[in-house]
Amino acid sequence: MATTQHTLVALVEDKPGVLNRMASLFRRRGFNIDSIAVGHCEVPHLSRMTIVVNGSTTVVEQVRKQLDKIIDVIRVSEINAEDAVNRELALIKVKANSTTRSEIMQIVDIFRANIIDVSADSLTVEVTGDEDKIDSLYDLLRAFGIKELARTGRLAMARGGSNSLRPEKES
Amino acid sequence: MKMTGGQIICESLQKEGVDVIFGILGGAILPLYDTLPQYPKLHHVLTRHEQGAAHAAEGYARATGKVGVCFATSGPGATNLVTGIANAYLDSSPMVAITGQVARPFIGKDAFQEVDITGITLPITKHNYLVLEAGSLAKTVKEAFYLARTGRPGPVLIDVPKDVFVEETEFHYPTKIDLPGYKPTLKGHPSQIKKAAKLINEAKHPLIIAGRGVIISGAYAELKQLAETAQIPVVTTLLGISCFSENHILSFGMLGMHGMAHANMAVNAADLVIAVGMRFDDRATSRVSGFAPNARIIHIDIDPAEIGKNVRVDVPIVGDVKVVLNELNKLITPAQHVDWFKQLDDWRKEHPSTEIRDSGKLLPQFVVRQIYEATGGEATVVTGVGQNQMWAAQYYCYNKPNTLISSGGLGTMGFGLPAAIGAKIGSPNTPVWCIDGDGSFQMNIQELATAAQERAAVKIAILNNGFLGMVRQWQELFYEKRYVATPLSGPDFVKVAEAYGISAIRVKRTEEVVPAIERAIAEPGPFLIDFVVEPEENVYPMVAPGAALHEIIEAPVKEVAMWQRRSTP
Ligand SMILES: Cc1ncc(C[n+]2csc(CCOP(=O)(O)OP(=O)(O)O)c2C)c(N)n1
Repeated sequence: MATTQHTLVALVEDKPGVLNRMASLFRRRGFNIDSIAVGHCEVPHLSRMTIVVNGSTTVVEQVRKQLDKIIDVIRVSEINAEDAVNRELALIKVKANSTTRSEIMQIVDIFRANIIDVSADSLTVEVTGDEDKIDSLYDLLRAFGIKELARTGRLAMARGGSNSLRPEKES
Repeated sequence: MKMTGGQIICESLQKEGVDVIFGILGGAILPLYDTLPQYPKLHHVLTRHEQGAAHAAEGYARATGKVGVCFATSGPGATNLVTGIANAYLDSSPMVAITGQVARPFIGKDAFQEVDITGITLPITKHNYLVLEAGSLAKTVKEAFYLARTGRPGPVLIDVPKDVFVEETEFHYPTKIDLPGYKPTLKGHPSQIKKAAKLINEAKHPLIIAGRGVIISGAYAELKQLAETAQIPVVTTLLGISCFSENHILSFGMLGMHGMAHANMAVNAADLVIAVGMRFDDRATSRVSGFAPNARIIHIDIDPAEIGKNVRVDVPIVGDVKVVLNELNKLITPAQHVDWFKQLDDWRKEHPSTEIRDSGKLLPQFVVRQIYEATGGEATVVTGVGQNQMWAAQYYCYNKPNTLISSGGLGTMGFGLPAAIGAKIGSPNTPVWCIDGDGSFQMNIQELATAAQERAAVKIAILNNGFLGMVRQWQELFYEKRYVATPLSGPDFVKVAEAYGISAIRVKRTEEVVPAIERAIAEPGPFLIDFVVEPEENVYPMVAPGAALHEIIEAPVKEVAMWQRRSTP
């Protein structure tokens, strides 16, 4: 079966060990996770996770159901890529000297990215966008030499007025 | 009223209706044990190994339907529970394990007897807790019992630091459960049930595969009604055995690796499989791609994650088996499947799977059959793992609900004796027979002391073949008879039993079998029979690993049948 990227969003109790439970599940069942991003959400004491998983529809459905079985996981939904906004943030420290600096700055400009730190031999670039945008910028900057890269992983939210994690219907 | 953490746990256990606890104490859990005398209604059974405590708690749980409880101290006490917890997890048995932990200031310091038991048991518990203040103990115990017994049951572990047992706080037992992430679905979706009913009403060769979910939800009557109304033959998984009377004309026995030939052939030929409270374990399905190739599949299970996990399903119904069947039965029209039954009966005649050949030697199958005859099927049978387990499944006829307790998912050797003790303590008026192998029995043989101390009247039948028999069988069939590390030179089990204060006899000849069993039954306390059986007897039928379910290896020698499991209708 064809494997594609799927985005799951989970609302979980903000308790010690929750991340561990989820990570343990991915490892044990051999699920292929591309990224996980965690942070607070609009409800106090709950965290929101965005999980990008690679697999066939059946595998992803298993991931969703297995996650849902974790008691500390309140709700999990798959977000349909077309109906969602996806963003990732990356920090890229790229080698730079007096001759390359302006060229790098031009590229950064085109991508509407920001330079957030400068040193004698480097520039640190902050870029936000979907993965493709970050990948393309990264590819262009590679020519100058990358010293360091940090990416947050995908955040996703349904378009329109409704909550991405609408209460699931009874299955 | 102010209470210590230990008292709060005991109070909470009583509120949950606990009357027996299996366990072994140690430094970290000592303060909890110290409060036990204040709660005489909580009977503590001292096992001789924590694995025994966990299995006994599970045996108790499975015999009674209540939550089994075990205690262990930190470190090695807790790790010794692990196999028992995993066993309960894979067989969906309700259990609460309470472990002592090092005192809060020592956590994370690799203190004496500190292990991260919540980390270790994370993938083998339904949920677990490390309780860091006495104030949350009552709520935690309440939640743990609720989680253990509801939905798909399972083990829950509560790890309690030593100083939390002595911390004082107000005790209020919560009346409500607040678990926003846990809402088991009980009622099946009406439109799915309608679809299922349509398929059932239209099927020509329908087959029910019933599993342990039927027993857990107590859906015996509902299953029977479905089978009888629509005239559907019923086969069961190993753990489904006794969910449907094996005497019933619609019963076609167990399927799977050592299932009845006709049961496996039925799966192969069925045009509709109604899977009820079972999870398509590979020992039941054999090669998945060859499973029920002609059938549409209806899958009823309380755990949504089981749907579509191993096999494709046409009509999934998530819900409690009893509730779903009840709704489904309203939509079922009476039917007859005369040709289908004729076919099944022909297969049963042509491929008798439970004949016992006339060999003059003491055959394990004969022993099991005689235990059935002598107990009239009234006993609860608890097994070890291996050939003994399969023979116990095949040659005892389970007519009464919930009469087989066996380690299915984990296949834990050593489960038999402690689980039998737990079952006996939980149901003192039911005869309990532990049918075990000489290898399995030795894995928790120390629990003879527990049986003796508790006067738990378990009747132990060791099918002593001098081998790790099931593995020897694989070596014989798939490794050119290289019997590496399977011969066992067991101890003298009669002397061992007697040393523990348990009466025992050895049986070597066929004619001694019945008198020995009768003596065991007459004995008021525990009793052990060492049946020295034919050493290289194999379990048949067998589906080789990787084969499709209908590719059955049958017993090579067909001698005269001594006894037929049931007269063919
Ligand atoms: C704890 C554990 N260790 C190893 C095994 C692998 N195993 C499965 S069956 C078996 C042999 C069991 O021998 P015995 O208890 O004598 O029973 P028999 O098959 O001879 O009836 C073994 C070693 C197991 N299931 N459990």
